[in-house]
Amino acid sequence: MQQIINFILRYKNFLLYLFLLTISLALTVQSHSYHHSKYFNSSNWITGNIYKTTSSITTYFGLGEENKKLVEENKRLRTLLFNQKKEDSMQLDTANTIYKVIASQVIKNSYGLPRNYITINKGTINGIKPDMGVITSNGILGIVENTSKNFATVQSILNTKSRVNAKIKNTNHYGSLVWDTKDFNTVQLVDIERLVPLKIGDTIVTGASSSIFPENIPIGVIKKFDLNNSQSSYSLDIKLFNNMAAVKSIYVLDNVQREEIIELEAKTNNDSQ
Amino acid sequence: MIRNSYFINIIRFVLLILVQVLVFNKLNFFGYINPMVYILFLYWYPIKEKRQLFLLLSFLLGFMVDLFSDTVALHAAATVTIAYLRPTIMRFCFGVNYEFQNFKLTNTTRAQQITFLALLIIIHHLVFFTLEIFSLANTLLILKKVLSISTATLILCLLLSSLFSVKKE
Repeated sequence: MQQIINFILRYKNFLLYLFLLTISLALTVQSHSYHHSKYFNSSNWITGNIYKTTSSITTYFGLGEENKKLVEENKRLRTLLFNQKKEDSMQLDTANTIYKVIASQVIKNSYGLPRNYITINKGTINGIKPDMGVITSNGILGIVENTSKNFATVQSILNTKSRVNAKIKNTNHYGSLVWDTKDFNTVQLVDIERLVPLKIGDTIVTGASSSIFPENIPIGVIKKFDLNNSQSSYSLDIKLFNNMAAVKSIYVLDNVQREEIIELEAKTNNDSQ
Repeated sequence: MIRNSYFINIIRFVLLILVQVLVFNKLNFFGYINPMVYILFLYWYPIKEKRQLFLLLSFLLGFMVDLFSDTVALHAAATVTIAYLRPTIMRFCFGVNYEFQNFKLTNTTRAQQITFLALLIIIHHLVFFTLEIFSLANTLLILKKVLSISTATLILCLLLSSLFSVKKE
């Protein structure tokens, strides 16, 4: 007993170091393999409020640019609206909508790490839940991962853990959108069949087999394509429409039917087992 | 005097975290270079203080930076490692001198200070990026990041430390 106590006393610094290192390694490894840590993220009260304060100061410097972007988007939506073929009056009834849209602002953005997260200034009291899709006026941005009362963190598509279903516009050729961490304006689309005819400049949009994003949300254009190592499928470099370094206004998409879809899928899986 | 040094360290702790997360984490020089200036806390921390407290403080420092940058506990692991290794590094840089009672960082030569700071930074970044990238297949990428970001961190830390240095008589 005496010896054990002596041992602990002698190596207390080393043991303390080992203890702290183990905690941090455990947290890190856990977040690598599974979901991002639920508690230790920037959507908590302290960090969220500090980011909110600073972003409320810094946004003033980009207001002109931001306005231009929003007017541009309004123009596009107006054009769509006025050129609609249907004669009947606009449907303002919200009972039939599948996607609810929540507008929000980015208060912290990172794009230089292998696993990037964006913090936004809306949380559970605004109806934001994990696994909602996030887009900007130009295209896809990411998926909500953690929420707190007033803030939420979004797993950016610039994250090695992100996998979004995507397809080539006007075709039914699907693949997964991943990121190789090299360039924050370029992402990769993998698992596109070898037989698919591709052209540089083709548009890539989100696919239909996801309950998070609606179909046909723009992502980017093909910059380069190669066959992968096994020569069986294409791997594409996609240049994003979004400028990931300067996202400000965003929209969070709430799929009203998502719970129903998940429930149904779970039931089907259970039945088939 | 003792209270004064506590006070200075608390101020440093808070300011370095804020400067790190609000300014330097948004730099993204060349798309990925974000200098980690909060290492200066470990460079400036008094030598004669208790080591356990120092380890705990370093862990907390790293962990706060982690909270802000959504990196779970990468900064904490790297920072606690250099905090543990600091006495060894100091012995390497300053020789047996540093064990004397009246040893002060300002009394050493410029070259010794830079070596000390550089070693802290390089070890920190090596641990950080190894854990961040988490695969030995990317050794080249890790080395590239360590080299480029260490250089940036070192330059900025030297600038900051000369800006806020205690005046020499």
